[in-house]
Amino acid sequence: MNSSKEPKLPAQPKGVSRRGFLGGVGIGGGALGTGLLANESASAAPPAANLVGPGAADITLTINGKPVNLKVEPRVTLLDALRNYIGMTGAKRVCDRGTCGACTVILAGKTVYSCTVLAIDAQGKNIETIEGLATGNSLHPVSAAFVAHDGQQCGYCTSGFVMAAKGFLDEHPNPTMDDVKHGLCGNLCRCGTYMGVRQAVLDAAAKMKGAKNG
Amino acid sequence: MASTPDYSWPPMDQRKVIGKPIKRLDGPQKASGRAKYTSDLKPQGLLFAAYMGSPHAHARITKIDTSDAEKTPGVKAVHIINPEGTEIQWEGMEVAAVAATTEEIANDAMRKIKVEYEVLPHFVQEADLSKAGARAKAGGERVTGDPDQAFKDAEVTSDGQYGIPVINHCCLEPHGAVVQWQGDQVHVFPSTQYISGTAPQLAPNIKVPVTNIHAHMDYIGGGFGSKFSPGKWAEVCAFLSQKAGGAPVKVFLDRRMEQLIPGNRPSAFAKIKLGGKKDGTITAWQSDAWGTGGFAGGNSPPLPYVVDRIPNTRLTYTGVSVNCGPNQAWRAPNNQQACYLTCSALEDFAAKAGMDPIDVFDKNFSYAPDARVEIYRFQLHKAAELAEWSKLWHPRGKGAAGTVKRGLGVAFGAWAGGGHASQCLTTINLDGSVTVELGSQDLGTGTRTIITQVAAETLGLPMSAIKLNIGDNSYPNSGASGGSSTVGGVSSSTRKSTMNALAKLYEVVAPSLGTDADHLEAVNGHIQVKGTPAKSLTWAAACKKIAGGGKISEMGENVQRNPGGLNSQGAAGVQIADVSVDTETGVVRVNRYVAVQDCGLVVNPWLAQSQIHGGIIMGISTALFEERIMDAQTGRMLNPDMEFYKLAGIDDVGDIVVHLDIREENDKRGIIGLGEPCAIAICAAMGNAVANAIGVRVPNVPLTPDRVLTALEGRNA
Repeated sequence: MNSSKEPKLPAQPKGVSRRGFLGGVGIGGGALGTGLLANESASAAPPAANLVGPGAADITLTINGKPVNLKVEPRVTLLDALRNYIGMTGAKRVCDRGTCGACTVILAGKTVYSCTVLAIDAQGKNIETIEGLATGNSLHPVSAAFVAHDGQQCGYCTSGFVMAAKGFLDEHPNPTMDDVKHGLCGNLCRCGTYMGVRQAVLDAAAKMKGAKNG
Repeated sequence: MASTPDYSWPPMDQRKVIGKPIKRLDGPQKASGRAKYTSDLKPQGLLFAAYMGSPHAHARITKIDTSDAEKTPGVKAVHIINPEGTEIQWEGMEVAAVAATTEEIANDAMRKIKVEYEVLPHFVQEADLSKAGARAKAGGERVTGDPDQAFKDAEVTSDGQYGIPVINHCCLEPHGAVVQWQGDQVHVFPSTQYISGTAPQLAPNIKVPVTNIHAHMDYIGGGFGSKFSPGKWAEVCAFLSQKAGGAPVKVFLDRRMEQLIPGNRPSAFAKIKLGGKKDGTITAWQSDAWGTGGFAGGNSPPLPYVVDRIPNTRLTYTGVSVNCGPNQAWRAPNNQQACYLTCSALEDFAAKAGMDPIDVFDKNFSYAPDARVEIYRFQLHKAAELAEWSKLWHPRGKGAAGTVKRGLGVAFGAWAGGGHASQCLTTINLDGSVTVELGSQDLGTGTRTIITQVAAETLGLPMSAIKLNIGDNSYPNSGASGGSSTVGGVSSSTRKSTMNALAKLYEVVAPSLGTDADHLEAVNGHIQVKGTPAKSLTWAAACKKIAGGGKISEMGENVQRNPGGLNSQGAAGVQIADVSVDTETGVVRVNRYVAVQDCGLVVNPWLAQSQIHGGIIMGISTALFEERIMDAQTGRMLNPDMEFYKLAGIDDVGDIVVHLDIREENDKRGIIGLGEPCAIAICAAMGNAVANAIGVRVPNVPLTPDRVLTALEGRNA
């Protein structure tokens, strides 16, 4: 396990785990609204001095616990920063609009769609990506369970599913099958691997619990 | 000299690797995010391309000005795909593309390309044939027997209208490529179902000899029939690379373009009238069908589906041209449509006759091809047993009281699935290492795993001893992965190639074992005298005796016309949907979905089951959610995304029960592909289950709440 240093947030109510960004962590579907609010508050108080852009800015992301320096325009999403600027391609760009979950990462302990988070907004928070899960050649229990239960075919949704499952299990270590079906409904697969994914998540929960006890 | 090897599969009870539920070999790569798909590639100096399509469904390009785009810092190449004067026939049809040092710059520059259009009248909705006018092209009428007399004599007649819409492949990895054109050599990294076909298809379009095009792909994020050709994007990518002085360029369609242009499944609608006897025997069929596959029009699904020996039939088909993107093959092309139209009509006939559809289907399976009649009947009753039909089924609309209604529906499918043409090269080296090479690809179906299983079985080695190379056009040609043809093709060529190589190795080692090559076998990592482990050499010791170039390299080929019993075709299946419909909200939920699937020799039952689950889940998604929605006013697609173009999620698909009919008599048929046959019947079974639940037919899929409520209110009675 590599998550001992993650910030721990209070667990969400059991059985309700729609993406964190909907609760206001990222920008997501609330992007327009956030902009309007920003303008309103700007009239009330002078803007903060740390404005960046429109050109590329130097930023530092903390990825799997390690600082990574890069230069990106403020409009670059966390997903595009990972894929195009850092070369971490486990997160996939599929819908690019916060619907499918293929780009799921864990940001400050919350699962988010990295296509709906700006890279500049992800600074100062630990970003867990799938590249940080395995230790050497040893798969993370969630990844291993996806292999064992064939929760994958073409595999393009798999990285996102594995991260969503990891985030879900961090918050719900003892899920029922119904919890799994509800908690993982923010990720889409086209090949139709859901039967394997369901079993994989339940199995990973059992194995991870065993590891913690031992 | 050894005689020609006997390539036939080892008997079921003697197999050590084939037929075992081996986990997919590339599973760890995928589940750890390490698998590199083409869209993940970022070679040194990569340029990102933006790909521009027309906003209009029908227009003529009158002016294109790329000067501002070209002046944008960071832009390395601009390419006009369709020049001034081109008549655009669908929204998203390509206009121009830009390559730049970052994706952001490429997108900015693309917005600076000024295109003027003369907008022309469009037509985008084919569901109402009466509005199609000149866009509809009626084919001739086909008649068998005497349908007029048969309908006059019929004791029961039923009428219905049914529709299955255009849907999108919605591959998670969009269509695209990375191409580097250096000097006279072109390196192509496609996202393709046909790596061996990439160069021959691309060569004429970019006017480069086939031998100068090098194609490579390790992983593909979905194809489902839409990625057989390298596509216009690969060609455009090549030209951008050439213009940019040989830098590698990446083109991947954004999700909107992905939903608009690289393919879709054609629609099919039909008015169908059936006539028959009170005992459920159908004697007459009349269908007037129409549909579209895009601007080019449409092709009739094969009606009546499977039960195509109904004695008296009259059929017409009208293809409709629309200003929408062109169709591509979609997992079991035209079969889902034919199945939906046919099985819906059969169920309506059963309801009209007051009969149990299981009895009606059973009776009318006599119209299926002779070889399949009894297979279908067996499957029908097996599926009914697994679905608890006798306990749960009720006459249409006569279920228990309450607002949530449960219903069952049945449908059938059929697909050929014979092995495609495939060549394989096996090399056994002096150091005992083995490589197996094919110009094939693994779409997520498990192709890597099954090839390795076949090689390991043949050579008597563990799977880990086999190094498999696929995904490159420098390897021997193998067919496109589509139509359930891959497993039969690659397994057969691998079997032959590995046996040919082994025969050479036998010749090399026979003298040391004091026998001749015909008396040797490869078992448990040894070459031994047949049945005599005491007279053996380890694999490594045997390979050390290889002289000459220090290796044995032998080809093997699957010839489609003569598969030699290694593979064959023809897999049938019967499926039953068990649904609950909330009559207040119109929401349809799957309780359980049962599939009884005929098969041949199954190389890997674990992966076969995954594939059948996948076909069914994809089918449930199409039955409940998927539809390309076109706007008549603007000619544009209203849901070119994944938010309003809906796919089923993990909680939408119920429980799936698969009965894979692995038996010795089926095993003897050789390998038969399973990707298609399992994916055909779902819309029909779901539609029939909803009709059974709520007592009225919902004519068109997807079975959305608005359609269910509309049907309940009798508005399209």
